[in-house]
Amino acid sequence: MTTATTTGAKAHAREQELAAAAELPRVLHPASAYVGELSPGVSAGDLVWAETVPPGGYTSLVVAAGTRVRVRDTTGDACAHLLVFHADQPTERLNVADTVKVQWQAFLTAGHLLLSDQGRALATIVEDTAGNRADAPRHDALFGTSTLVRNAERYGSGDVFGPSPAGRELFALAAAKHGLTRRDIPPSVTFFEGVSVSDDGRPAFVGSSGPASITLVAELPLIVLLASTAHPLDPRPEFTAGPLDVVAWPGAPTVPGDPAWDATPEGRRAYENSTAHRRTRGADR
Amino acid sequence: MTTAPATAAPLAIVPPEVATDAVVIHDETVAARNPWTRVIAAGDTLTMVDVGGNQAVDFLVYDAHDTELRYSAPDTLQGQDTIYLTTGSVLRDAEHGPLMTVVADTCGRHDTLGGACSKESNTLRYGHHTRAQHACVENFLLGGSRHGLGKRDLVSNINWFMNVPVDPDGALGIVDGISAPGLAVSVRAERDVLVLISNCPQINNPCNGFDPTPVRVIVTRP
Repeated sequence: MTTATTTGAKAHAREQELAAAAELPRVLHPASAYVGELSPGVSAGDLVWAETVPPGGYTSLVVAAGTRVRVRDTTGDACAHLLVFHADQPTERLNVADTVKVQWQAFLTAGHLLLSDQGRALATIVEDTAGNRADAPRHDALFGTSTLVRNAERYGSGDVFGPSPAGRELFALAAAKHGLTRRDIPPSVTFFEGVSVSDDGRPAFVGSSGPASITLVAELPLIVLLASTAHPLDPRPEFTAGPLDVVAWPGAPTVPGDPAWDATPEGRRAYENSTAHRRTRGADR
Repeated sequence: MTTAPATAAPLAIVPPEVATDAVVIHDETVAARNPWTRVIAAGDTLTMVDVGGNQAVDFLVYDAHDTELRYSAPDTLQGQDTIYLTTGSVLRDAEHGPLMTVVADTCGRHDTLGGACSKESNTLRYGHHTRAQHACVENFLLGGSRHGLGKRDLVSNINWFMNVPVDPDGALGIVDGISAPGLAVSVRAERDVLVLISNCPQINNPCNGFDPTPVRVIVTRP
């Protein structure tokens, strides 16, 4: 087929979707075509988004308050690097230091909140199938993501188009899709590869417990940035990453009466601040 | 706040590793609860002295010529084998480049995890009644605003002289300090850097012994 003319080039371009029919699409339209594992009580017909992020890839989502976002490591090899921003005012974003300090806990799991720098709950982790234990955390909030420099040292490359993309580079691209720059990228959290900390402050890579998923509830409208790349402390000499399934379905933010609302006084006040913020902005009327 | 003439201040308070042949080019006492900012030239050393004991010094550092390259707690931790800072620790930016190196430390260890107190997070930690209290983020915003920095430029910071242990089950928190009057930490600039300090005004936890006190900042040139 010729691509020497506009007519030929258009036909060539339009042939490609059909020719690729045998390949698994990365993003499903409609999302209800998703056939992977879902949370109890959720069916594919409920989904508003379904996507597979390849190893070394990234994605971003903008979701309404109340949306459930589920991230699944389907192979046990994935590490999900996550950042969340207030979609309407992205200078308000995940604050990892406040998240661990306010909740008196560095190892995040179901029941924990992701807090913004404005004293509000951005999201709640409502489900965690990773088998997180107090002595074997399966997620990490302390060691952030990888960089070009360090991945080049460890694997020979950190380029996003290379075999071992650096998390910060992936975040820079994902952030740019929302008008955000490297200046807007704070320390991030990772899921599915744990790191413990000894009594004298030394980290030890715990790693994965196999395929697992976490589910977040958006407590405010969110920009979600997600990268799939090796954990920065992963000691394996070969770059190890896996695909991440990302699905989302509608719901409501946490409200008084939900068990999460009163689980801790710090969390309750974060929900109070988020709820007041949604109300002053005209939501939740 | 006062600035002594160059070389006039006694060096006794500066750790001997730093003081040898060094010239004092700036010596100032930052009052309790105040911000402080200064560009530190490559090769110069900033010594912070915990004058009254157990006074948290919240600290951020930026490449003076490209403030997008700013302190990164995760990158700093990736480059060493402990979550604490002490002599030998390299403070790294978010692209993993070295900004400063801890060259002397008579306190022993310093916090990288707890971040800064803010009016907003105080409402979560202690109750909505604390919202009106002064906080480190206010100091960072005020100090940063003199250098073109704003909210987007604030990230997880260092807390010199603050004690934040992590238990084996991940429980962490600000507990009674291990610092004392006169203990000091010195950091050498690996390139021209802008330092933002908040002399922490927090009164609801033991990070300042419930009584914020002054901190002395001394810049020396080899």
